[in-house]
Amino acid sequence: MQKLELHNVIKRFGNNTVCNGINLNVEQGQMVCLIGASGAGKSTLLRCINLLEPIEDGEIFLDGKDISIPGLNPQSVRSKIGMVFQSFNLFPHMTAFENAILAPKRTSGISKSQLNFEIEMLFERFDLAERMHNYPDQLSGGQQQRVAIVRALAMKPEVMLFDEITSALDPQLVGEVLDVLLQLKNQGMTMVLATHEMQFAQQAADKICFLKDGKIVEEGSATEIFNRPKKAATKAFLTRALK
Amino acid sequence: MTRREHYEQQQRRKSLIIAAISTIFVVVAVIIFVPMTPGWEKVQKSFFNATVLAKTFPKLLDAFKVNIMIFAWSAPAIAVLGLMIALARDAKAPALFPLRIFGAAFTDIFRGVPVILTVYLIGFGIPGLGLPRPWNSPFIWGSLALILTYSAYVAEIFRAGIDSVHPSQRSAALSLGLSERQVMRDVILPQAVRNVVPSQMNMLIALQKDVSLLSFIGPVEIFRQAGVYKSLFANFTPYVGAAIIFLIVTIPATRYADYLMARQMRERR
Repeated sequence: MQKLELHNVIKRFGNNTVCNGINLNVEQGQMVCLIGASGAGKSTLLRCINLLEPIEDGEIFLDGKDISIPGLNPQSVRSKIGMVFQSFNLFPHMTAFENAILAPKRTSGISKSQLNFEIEMLFERFDLAERMHNYPDQLSGGQQQRVAIVRALAMKPEVMLFDEITSALDPQLVGEVLDVLLQLKNQGMTMVLATHEMQFAQQAADKICFLKDGKIVEEGSATEIFNRPKKAATKAFLTRALK
Repeated sequence: MTRREHYEQQQRRKSLIIAAISTIFVVVAVIIFVPMTPGWEKVQKSFFNATVLAKTFPKLLDAFKVNIMIFAWSAPAIAVLGLMIALARDAKAPALFPLRIFGAAFTDIFRGVPVILTVYLIGFGIPGLGLPRPWNSPFIWGSLALILTYSAYVAEIFRAGIDSVHPSQRSAALSLGLSERQVMRDVILPQAVRNVVPSQMNMLIALQKDVSLLSFIGPVEIFRQAGVYKSLFANFTPYVGAAIIFLIVTIPATRYADYLMARQMRERR
């Protein structure tokens, strides 16, 4: 059984069809990278998987269970699927630690001391313990994004979605965030990334999907997509992206 | 000293001199010309009479306590009611539709009617029902009129504050598995309230002044007390005294609100 399965997902904003029948399988522990030009539908697709956007048609399965049934309470789904955003979206009025502990404190029912311990360990693990009690505006962009990842992990999700999480960072800060992704991959996290980091995708992804106009035009392993792309559109995009 | 610093120092000196000269010029003009007006002596006697001021000022201060009292119980009530109405107007659940309608009607009505009219209608109207003491007190119903009117404005400011929080904050909070309620309480509202503190400070200052409107339905607060002394001494100086007392409170409060506003502008940059 697939960990995550998308079947003919269609998402429209008014007359604008952003996802036009997307099929995608993600296996347990796989890292899948979505590549493609801006506006191809990568971010919207991730938002649909997290149920932040209701889909017009199609199904999304998590562990074989349909999570896209209209009217389903999205809360339990979202606590299993973590998401990290391009612009970090940390809560500015809370410290890094408070950012991370908020959701588990409200929803998990774990004792406070146990929770404090767990979150501290999480900051420890991602080398942020020193910065734990800083407010977001006291942190560098790279640190903020790592805190955002820690915040999502605090809910112990089974799948993580990353929406161009390095696009808003200065080039010298991209590395530390990508390292966190590799760390997660090594620990067996199932991940879906929308990314413009072609080199990273090439090195780390188990599967790459090229999106264009709301459709997956081509998918395959990194070698297949980067070295032997079959479709002309993929070739054209990669020529531009890798320049 | 660099060229730049030298230039800036010169510019500062120049503007300081110009500002000083123009200020002196205006002050001197006022001192010379105002006493030359035909009515000056009369105005001086009836508005700026030091003996009357000395006699009435302590009593005016006493009366000002009434203003502070009314202010002190109205302001928290306004904050709570205003926030509740702001939240009611954004309620999405269909069961809360009546609440939404009520919120909209409330703000439309109380923002649309002059404060003084609301004070009259509620302040005279409700005691007219023949309620027993102390429920016929103009303090209660006058305060209620202020609370209703100001809540309508304060609610709109809170709503603007809620709208000012970027939608991405909501997305991020929802993606963590929080409920709509938790998102509002833990993530949106704290930021919204912080964003509107300076605007709400201005509402507090306005409320402090509008407490005087209650004098029209009975309570002897500072404006009413000044009116009594005006008649007693046949002199307008008590009004000037009252104005001075208001300024002692409102000027620091206004400065503080401006300071908060300026700080917020700096932070946003």
